[in-house]
Amino acid sequence: MAAHGTAERQGMTNSMLGFILFLASEVMFFGGLFAAYFIARADAPAWPPPLTPEQIAEGVHLELEVLLPAISTGILVLSSITMQYAVWQIQKGNQGGMLWGLFISLALGIVFLAAQLYDYTQLHFRADDTIYGTTFYTLTGFHGAHVAGGALFIAVVTVRALGGQFTAENHEAVEASSMYWHFVDVVWIALFTVLYIIK
Amino acid sequence: MATVAVPQLSGYHRPAVLDWIMTVDHKRLGILYLYFTLFFFAVGGILALLVRTQLAVADNSFVGNDAYNQIFTMHASAMLFLFIIPVWAGFGNYLVPLQIGAADMAFPRINALSFWMLPPAGILMFAGFIVDGGAADGGWTAYSPLAQQTGVGMDMWIIAVIVLGMSSTIGAANFLVTMFRMRAPGMTMFRMPIFCWTMLVTALLQLLATPVLAAALVMLFIDRNYGGQFFDPNGGGNVVLWQNVFWFYSHPAVYIMILPGMGIISEILPVFSRKPLFGYKAFVFATIGIGGLGFSVWAHHMFTTGSVLLPFFGFMTFMIGVPTGVKIFNWLGTLWGGSISFPTPMLFAIGFVSMFLIGGINGTYSAAVPVDFALHDTYFVVAHIHYVLFGGSVFAVFGGLYYWFPKIWGRQLNERLGKLHFALMFVGFNVAFFPMHMLGLDGMPRRIAVYADSAGWEALNMLSTGGAFLIAVSMIPFLIAVVMAFMRPKDQPDDPWEANTLEWATTSPPPDYNFDSLPPVRSERPLFDARHGDEEQGH
Repeated sequence: MAAHGTAERQGMTNSMLGFILFLASEVMFFGGLFAAYFIARADAPAWPPPLTPEQIAEGVHLELEVLLPAISTGILVLSSITMQYAVWQIQKGNQGGMLWGLFISLALGIVFLAAQLYDYTQLHFRADDTIYGTTFYTLTGFHGAHVAGGALFIAVVTVRALGGQFTAENHEAVEASSMYWHFVDVVWIALFTVLYIIK
Repeated sequence: MATVAVPQLSGYHRPAVLDWIMTVDHKRLGILYLYFTLFFFAVGGILALLVRTQLAVADNSFVGNDAYNQIFTMHASAMLFLFIIPVWAGFGNYLVPLQIGAADMAFPRINALSFWMLPPAGILMFAGFIVDGGAADGGWTAYSPLAQQTGVGMDMWIIAVIVLGMSSTIGAANFLVTMFRMRAPGMTMFRMPIFCWTMLVTALLQLLATPVLAAALVMLFIDRNYGGQFFDPNGGGNVVLWQNVFWFYSHPAVYIMILPGMGIISEILPVFSRKPLFGYKAFVFATIGIGGLGFSVWAHHMFTTGSVLLPFFGFMTFMIGVPTGVKIFNWLGTLWGGSISFPTPMLFAIGFVSMFLIGGINGTYSAAVPVDFALHDTYFVVAHIHYVLFGGSVFAVFGGLYYWFPKIWGRQLNERLGKLHFALMFVGFNVAFFPMHMLGLDGMPRRIAVYADSAGWEALNMLSTGGAFLIAVSMIPFLIAVVMAFMRPKDQPDDPWEANTLEWATTSPPPDYNFDSLPPVRSERPLFDARHGDEEQGH
């Protein structure tokens, strides 16, 4: 008679596999939003789309400044590196190194969010003007919400790290939060490219 | 086999109600799912009877136009989002861990979360009936611009469907990890029971398609509430965009709604034919094929929009008939030369095969683009969807209930009442839905509340309404059988049907921890092997 089939097998843990599947569903969510953006852009006679005279009179214009978002992009990429540094440190059993990595990543994430909020205040269009504004705020807004969620995740992991909960053998939450952080980073690079670079 | 006495802890005992509310046991959650979904099956059924009553005679004024729109929208929403999709999660929750020889799902607490997202969503969706403007009335497809023009009930519907989608997404991840990682020793992927395979492909579809629906609903919500322009051509949006994103989810979703039903009857047919499932691997690959092709046929709902590539989507839609046809041959080959008996679960399984075949064939008609242009948005489509979702899925639900009732509740449902239930439902189903083919060919549009007497549609509509009420009547013997079963003690042996799969290797109902011990797993029919020894193990 065989034993129960509940023993976890070799390799990745159940939780990590479940987390990767969750990330796959997140990819599909952003895939849906991106698809909407591409269809809207393909349908438009010009991009940014033409405005009505009333909108122009109200001071609406559809230009995006690239400098600040480019700096933000650098900040987010840097935070992905520091997050990976935290994972590598705890894999070697270095709790102090991991904590530094987590702190810096969290701080950079918050700076990114602050920069994005400031950027919002500098724009001369709104979500209800044209499809341009609707897609811009929806995509960057949902991305920003995911950055905030990821920052919260890192904050929880940091608190647990301060409590000494992670070791070289047992640091799944650190790896999961880092994967999530890389995910929001990659989404941002895609967003930055299509929204700001490809005119 | 669970005969080992477990030492009983004395002391605090939670009240039984709290035990159910706080449970993380996959079996109890599965039962909660079944109760919840069968409740909404009844609600959706009552709404269907209202629809049929309105349509019974020409120029009827039984319910007004506005109420009618809410009723048919909520009928479909209840049946799809609150009954069919979660009922498979119910069967899956109860059966998947048992069938793969595990003690529970991979993430029991996330499992409880998946279930407890359903009741608030169901209440929110139906609370639309008491707010200003009424419940959602844009059809379950919520096409723009219609869905932009209705009251706050639509917003409640959107939020409810997003929550239901989250429930099924995290549930899907849970099922996948459970089946990938928690199988009993010896149970390779190709020894998994076929029901598990269909749940696996369903879970993949849910994981990858449902978030796209969430994205679509978020866009609709933004358009409705924050002045978004996604689906508004005035601001550069596109109404067909909604259809694209919606059907990118909702076409895979029709396979989410049918695949586990196919799995259920593929458990039932071999048991009562006393044969293994004919072409197990072909069935598995056909299931995977349907899942893969399911992502490439969404635009066959949109042929008449004029903005989709007709030859591609028409061809792909014919293609998806191929793996579906493979399954029909799997089932016929299983029956062929078998030693067939006809207890109630078998009747429902054979009902499934025959009715789903009709639904598959009239679906393939509509895959032909010119035919679809003639049939689009007529009652022919309503006939098709009910032949696959009622003739298919609902027959499988009842087949599964009769088949696993002894396992889940330890009691047998009365056979004579079961056969009466099947006979009434089978006849009622065909009387209700077959005339819709003719009505559709005659040009009757779907979703209309009133038709003129001069249209000449009254006789067939009256017939269809009669069939709908016959279906309702067929639930009476079922309910009597359930009540009678619960008045008796639990008397079922481990394996009353002489079945094949591991859930029958433990007591009925199973103990909290599922198994004391498992038989060795050397094929996809471990219990057959255990009964007959190694010499008959022919595969």
